[in-house]
Amino acid sequence: MIDNNQLLRFTTAGSVDDGKSTLIGRLLYDSKSIFEDQIASIENTSKKKGHKGLDMALFTDGLRDEREQGITIDVAYRYFTTPKRKFIIADTPGHIQYTRNMITGASTANVATILIDARHGVIEQTKRHTFIASLLNIPHVIVCINKMDLVGYSEKIFNDIVSEFEEIASKMQVQDVRFIPMSALLGDNVVNKSENMPWFQGAPMLHTLETMHISSDINKIDSRFPVQTVLRPQTEDFIDYRGYAGRIAGGIFRLGDDVTVLPSGFSSKIKSIDTMDGQINEAFAPMSVSITLEDDIDISRGDMIVKSNNKPSVTQDLEVMLCWLNDAPAKPRAKYSIKHTSNLQKAMIKEVFYKIDINSLSRNLEDKDLNMNEIAKVKIRTTKPLMLDSYRENRTTGSIILVDDMTNETVAAGMLV
Amino acid sequence: MSKYYLNYLDELESEAIFILREVWTQFENPVILFSGGKDSILVTHLAKKAFYPAKIPFPLMHVDTGHNFPETIEFRDKTIKNLGVDLIVGSVQESINDGRVAEEKGKNATRNALQITTLLDVIEENKVDCAIGGGRRDEEKARAKERFFSHRNEFGQWDPKNQRPELWNLFNGKYFQGEHFRAFPISNWTEMDVWNYIKRENIDIPSLYFAHEREVVRRDGTWIPNSKFLKLDPNEEIVTKKIRFRTLGDITITGGDESDADTLEKIAIEVSGMRQTERGNRSDDKRSESAMEDRKRQGYF
Ligand SMILES: Nc1nc2c(ncn2[C@@H]2O[C@H](COP(=O)(O)OP(=O)(O)O)[C@@H](O)[C@H]2O)c(=O)[nH]1
Repeated sequence: MIDNNQLLRFTTAGSVDDGKSTLIGRLLYDSKSIFEDQIASIENTSKKKGHKGLDMALFTDGLRDEREQGITIDVAYRYFTTPKRKFIIADTPGHIQYTRNMITGASTANVATILIDARHGVIEQTKRHTFIASLLNIPHVIVCINKMDLVGYSEKIFNDIVSEFEEIASKMQVQDVRFIPMSALLGDNVVNKSENMPWFQGAPMLHTLETMHISSDINKIDSRFPVQTVLRPQTEDFIDYRGYAGRIAGGIFRLGDDVTVLPSGFSSKIKSIDTMDGQINEAFAPMSVSITLEDDIDISRGDMIVKSNNKPSVTQDLEVMLCWLNDAPAKPRAKYSIKHTSNLQKAMIKEVFYKIDINSLSRNLEDKDLNMNEIAKVKIRTTKPLMLDSYRENRTTGSIILVDDMTNETVAAGMLV
Repeated sequence: MSKYYLNYLDELESEAIFILREVWTQFENPVILFSGGKDSILVTHLAKKAFYPAKIPFPLMHVDTGHNFPETIEFRDKTIKNLGVDLIVGSVQESINDGRVAEEKGKNATRNALQITTLLDVIEENKVDCAIGGGRRDEEKARAKERFFSHRNEFGQWDPKNQRPELWNLFNGKYFQGEHFRAFPISNWTEMDVWNYIKRENIDIPSLYFAHEREVVRRDGTWIPNSKFLKLDPNEEIVTKKIRFRTLGDITITGGDESDADTLEKIAIEVSGMRQTERGNRSDDKRSESAMEDRKRQGYF
C-alpha cells in the first residue's frame, strides 16, 4: 500500500434476499481478499447445504446462531484492502431490528450502499434505508440495482428504477447518489466491468469506492477539541507539563491560535501540539493529540477547546432526532445519562414533538410513545450545558447517546437538529 | 487533493489512541492483557503514544500457561522494565495446583481453554474492571462482531446476541459491581495493517517472528517446535528447519511456517502474499467451526 492511501467505511443495506451477502462475498472474492482456508471451509459448508458451487453469502456469516438459522443477527465488520484504499464494511441485516442495526453500522460510514432487486424495483424497505442514510447524513450513497441477470440486463428497467429512486430521494436530504446496475451472483459491475451491460457508462462498484472523494467528509472548518483527559507526567523532564489529550472532532488547530475553553469561556493561545513522535505545528480532525495552552486554566474531561472566533452553541436544551434502540420503551420525564463527546451528564426527555412513520415518512403527532426502532423529534434538557453543533455540520459534536441508569444499556441515539 | 486527511495507518492509530484514553477515563482499574504476541505489543505501543509524555498509567497483565516460548517471557520482562509499569501474572500452573482446573489429557492436550479460569480469577482478584486486548475483527468470524467496549457479565461471559449498540465514537463503559469490560482498541486493524505499522514505527518484537533455525516436528500440516512438553509419536521425527511464527500462542500448539523472512520488510512482503489466515496454524481454532466463539462466550480473550 502507498503511504497516502485512505480508509473508507461503508455500510450495506437491503431487504432479505436482495443479495447483500452475495455482494460482499463477491467484493471480497474478486478483490482476492479471501484466504484459501476460508474458501475451503466455505466450499465444505456449501456442499453440506447442497448448494452448487461456492455460496458467496457464506463468507459473511458470523456467529453460530446465524450459521445454524441461516440469518444475520447483528452488525458484523469485514475488511479488505486494494492497492488504492483500505475498506471497512459494516454489514447490517435488513430485517428485524433493522433500524437499530443500520443506524449502528451507518454512524461512522462514508458511504451507504443500498441494494435493490431489479425485479422488484424501489420498495418500502428502500425508502426506509434511504431515509436512514439521510438521517445519519452519510456523505455518499451508492444504489446497487442487483440481479440484473434476472431481468435480461435491461437498460430500460435500470432507468426506470433510477427515476423511481430519484423521486423518493428528492424528498430527503441525500447527497452524492450514484447508481450501478449489477449481478452480485455473476460478478457483473462489482469488481469487473460487465460485458452484458455495455450501455452502462459508469464504473463498477469497487472502482467507484476506490476513487470517490472522501477527504471532505469530515468537517475541516469548525475547530473543535473535546478534552478526554489531562496528561500530567510530573517527571523531571516534564515537571510542569499539563497537556489536554483528545481527538480533534472538527477543523484545524495551529500553534498560536486564539482559543476559548467551554463552558467556562476562558481564553488562551495554543502553546504546543504534542505527539510521541514530536511536536507539530498544526493538527486536524480526526487526529489524536495533546495540546498545551499559554495560560494556566482549570480544564478537565468534558470541556471543549474551540477557536475563539468560531464557537458551538452552549446550551442545556437540545432538539434531537432520536432513534430508540431498546426493548423497553422510553419513559416520559425519566432521567437518563447522556453522552456527548467526552461529556457525561444527566438528561430528561421533556417533550416528544412527533414520531416519524418510517414507512410513509409522515409525521405522527398523536402517538408519542417511543418504542424500539422508532424515530422521533424530541426536546431534551440536560443538567449542565453541552457544547453542540448540528449533526449536519458535524457528526461528532452533533451526536449523543442516552444510557439507562437502571440497566446501564445504551437505549437511544440522537442527532442534533 | 487537500493535505488535510490521514492515511489509513494514521487513522487507525488515532482511533486506537482515542479508545485507550476512553478506557483510562471511564474505568477505575484497567489493564493491558499482554501475551508477548505482536497484537498485544502493538496495543502497548499505542498506549505509550496515548499517554505520552506520561507513562502508561496502568499495569500489564499476563496469563502464563507455563507452556511459553522462553523468548516470550524474556521479551515480556524487558518490556515491563523499559516502560516502568507493573506486571500482574496469572498462572495456569497455579490454577491446576489449586484444583481450579484439570489438565487436558492425550496427545493434543493444550492449556488453551484452562486459561479462561485463570484469566477470570486474576481479573477478579485484582478488581480489574477493564481488560484491554489485542483482538482484531479480521482474525476470526466470532471476533467480527466484537464491540470496541465489550461487556462481560458477573461470570465473565460474553453474550454476542445482546450487545450494546455502539455508535459514532460514544462508548458506554457503565457496569454493575462484579461485571467487567474488555476493550479492543485495534479492532479495525488487519494482520497486514499490523505488520505495515510495526515496520513503519520500527517496533521491537520477539525474535520468534523472524525466520530462524529451530528444531521442529511435522504435525497437522505445520511445524510444531521441539520443547520439553512435546510428546513424540513413534512415526514422528525431529528435524531442523528455518521457520518463523505468524502468531504466538503456547509452544505446544503454535505451528511455524518455513520462511526466509528475517527482516520486517521481508515479513511484510511475505504476509501480503499469504493465502492462509494467520490462525490456520493454531490447533486451538481447528477443533470446530465455532471453537473461538464457544471460548469467547465463556470469557476467553
Ligand atoms: N440471479 C441472481 N441471484 C442473486 C444475485 N445476487 C444474489 N442472488 C441470490 O439471491 C439469494 C439471496 O442472496 P443473499 O446474498 O443471501 O441475500 P441477503 O439476504 O441480502 O444477504 C441467493 O440465493 C443468491 O444466490 C444476482 O445478482 N443474481
